[in-house]
Amino acid sequence: MKIGVFVCHCGTNIEGTVDTAAVAEAAREFPGVVFATDTMYACSEPGQDGIIEAIKEHKLDGVVVASCTPRMHEPTFRKTLERAGLNRYLFEMANIREHVSWIGKDREANTNKSVDLVRMAAAKLINNKPLNAKFFDMNKKVMIVGGGVAGIQAALDCADGGLDVILVEKTSSIGGKMAKLDKTFPTVDCSSCVLGPRMVDVAQHPNITLHAYSEIEEVNGYVGNFEVKIKKKASYVNWDLCTGCGICMEKCPSKKADNPFDEYLGKAPAINIPFPQAIPKKAVIDPDFCIKIKRDKCGVCAKVCPSEAIDYTQQDEFITEEVGAVVAATGYDLFDWTVYGEYGGGQYPDVITSMQYERMLSASGPSEGHVKRPSDGKEPKNVVFIQCVGSRDKSVDRPYCSGFCCMYTAKQSILTKDHIPDSQSYVFYMDIRAPGKMYDEFTRRAMEEYGAKYIRGRVSMIYPKGDKLIVRGADTLMGDQVEVDADLVVLAVGVEAANGATDLAKKLRISYDNYGFFMEGHPKLKPVETNTAGVFLAGACQGPKDIPASVAQGSAAAAKVLAMFSKDQLESDPAISVVDIKRCIGCGKCISTCPFGAIKEVDFRGMVKAEVIETICQGCGICTSTCPQGAIQLQHFTDNQILAEVNAVCRF
Amino acid sequence: MPVLEGKELRIVGFLCNWCSYGGADTAGVGRFTQPTDLRVIKVPCSGRIDPLFIVKTLMSGADGVLVSGCHPNDCHYAEGNFYARRRLEMLKRFIPMLGIDPDRFDYTWVSASEGQRWQEVVTKFTEQIHKLGPAQKIEGPEAEETLKLMEASL
Repeated sequence: MKIGVFVCHCGTNIEGTVDTAAVAEAAREFPGVVFATDTMYACSEPGQDGIIEAIKEHKLDGVVVASCTPRMHEPTFRKTLERAGLNRYLFEMANIREHVSWIGKDREANTNKSVDLVRMAAAKLINNKPLNAKFFDMNKKVMIVGGGVAGIQAALDCADGGLDVILVEKTSSIGGKMAKLDKTFPTVDCSSCVLGPRMVDVAQHPNITLHAYSEIEEVNGYVGNFEVKIKKKASYVNWDLCTGCGICMEKCPSKKADNPFDEYLGKAPAINIPFPQAIPKKAVIDPDFCIKIKRDKCGVCAKVCPSEAIDYTQQDEFITEEVGAVVAATGYDLFDWTVYGEYGGGQYPDVITSMQYERMLSASGPSEGHVKRPSDGKEPKNVVFIQCVGSRDKSVDRPYCSGFCCMYTAKQSILTKDHIPDSQSYVFYMDIRAPGKMYDEFTRRAMEEYGAKYIRGRVSMIYPKGDKLIVRGADTLMGDQVEVDADLVVLAVGVEAANGATDLAKKLRISYDNYGFFMEGHPKLKPVETNTAGVFLAGACQGPKDIPASVAQGSAAAAKVLAMFSKDQLESDPAISVVDIKRCIGCGKCISTCPFGAIKEVDFRGMVKAEVIETICQGCGICTSTCPQGAIQLQHFTDNQILAEVNAVCRF
Repeated sequence: MPVLEGKELRIVGFLCNWCSYGGADTAGVGRFTQPTDLRVIKVPCSGRIDPLFIVKTLMSGADGVLVSGCHPNDCHYAEGNFYARRRLEMLKRFIPMLGIDPDRFDYTWVSASEGQRWQEVVTKFTEQIHKLGPAQKIEGPEAEETLKLMEASL
């Protein structure tokens, strides 16, 4: 094999701490290498053209590029090889940026290590074989997990693009966090007036199947052919019959159930439709509070229901859907602020969260849009907002910025003035982060037009005095202590990954970061893809995002799904396992270890042999390291290839 | 070129493509300084790692071998790292029988987001190997024979 080696400077990224010319020079001595050079930017157009020229001029039949991580540019260079007429698998990459130049400053050691990595790559390349992709059919249906605004947008875009969409939502109505909001920034328009019609669109769209009050139980299969088991939780109401008339809610004698939609501010009947605009508008019984289910008494709802929809014996139901792509749009949850002892740790009723305040402001909320202190129902005059509660705070393991709290606090201070004209808002902040369109102008309006007093500094403690709360903090701009007599304190609680997000990540086999947010394929260039083919991300499940950003990402995910489905067939990665039939003794160990069921037993001239089902094999290679005969080999990662690397590095 | 005399030892890392290789990349992106001894071999899954690779690497003169994969339950291939864990745990007990200090081999789990953790793992393992010093080389005709046999069995 005639190998060409290209050592990339990556500007000063690599050249700064690696002598790339010396690496190229050393590479010329490696077995098989006939050409080696250093190049400014291998991935640029002139860089790639240089590779193509060298392939033609030196009749190369294999290429090593020493540059960044293969996770970044392996596909780029594989395409370059194809343009030069070579098979894309006759390519290897040595990662001398992330694994060398960026982690050490010792030029001698880095150069030496780079030489080693190129040597390993060249040694592996000698053992590479041309591989060709196969094509397989896909199921052009998409599943969207999570019915918040991002999931709704993705579902509508996919459905408008002609795809069949399965939308799975764990609560009994879609709408997510946005449905709970009263108004949105910076336009201060009514949240449900924006979202409501889109929710109706979902319900009415012929291409969308909505499974509300359902959860993903199990995901099997692979890109193009996923099989998803969905648990439809028992609602104790036959939704085919329920018309959402609400008589059951009125008559239910048990009105002590939790009310998560109103952020636990009020209580709900044991049979409940969370809010008037709910989609689907169907009732659900909370079995923990239903007298009939708990004590076999009552049964009022069954008696009053005009459509006889109540079914106290209903069980969880499992259904399976087959889809080709999955969009995760599971959103976020709010930080549990009660860990902050200095803010009362949940003991003072008049210290509430921003989302509770939002429900209080909402005309369909527990107080019908009247701002009232939870303790005595009086209208507050002095309202204190505290920002960054569970954001940018290492001590509670939330060092990141939650992104939109600055904005919703400004909005809430404006709404406070609208609701109570003689009120005064105080906002304790660390920095104001308002980078969106019309965002900075909006926070200025809160200060200048609505007279909200912004105090830069943290609050050290809140304590009750009479019927007031004393908020004591620092004003770091004045260099002074401040104390505010507050009637109500609203905490701008931060954002964290949705409860149960990591479980879903495991089911979907996607990565998540230290805080439970799902990881995108690349932070800049693959914001909605994951590293698992066929699984995409939308909205705040990937990190804190406001409504416009979530909607944009929902549309972006839909575009990716539509692009994927616009092809007739999907290309499979040919780096899969193959069985050497002469060596196979038919022991079946590979069959029992394969996590995908991609290996089957076949009869070969009266003998039992293993055979790989090409479209199912995912290329993990567990079978290869299991086979006692070495008869099944994972292509592109064969024993010989890996040992060639070992030999190259252990040569001395 | 050998590893830098007196400065480095020969450490080989087997990293799964999905978690730990990504974690090592994240460490690079974060510019988390690490010792330069480790050479990484990328494999698709920690379940792809045949324990004999590690034995072969150590017998061929490596001073240390570090394996890293996805955290249990987070495997891209659902259960590859469970196979890896069982095999590598067995190997750890078996290595002393070959006359190799078991401290020259370790396995761990690092996710793609844990750049900092990767830095810590590499630094700690490299320090551990430096404390042990260079491994005794297996030399002579008998060693050649053993290595050949081992390669044939793979």
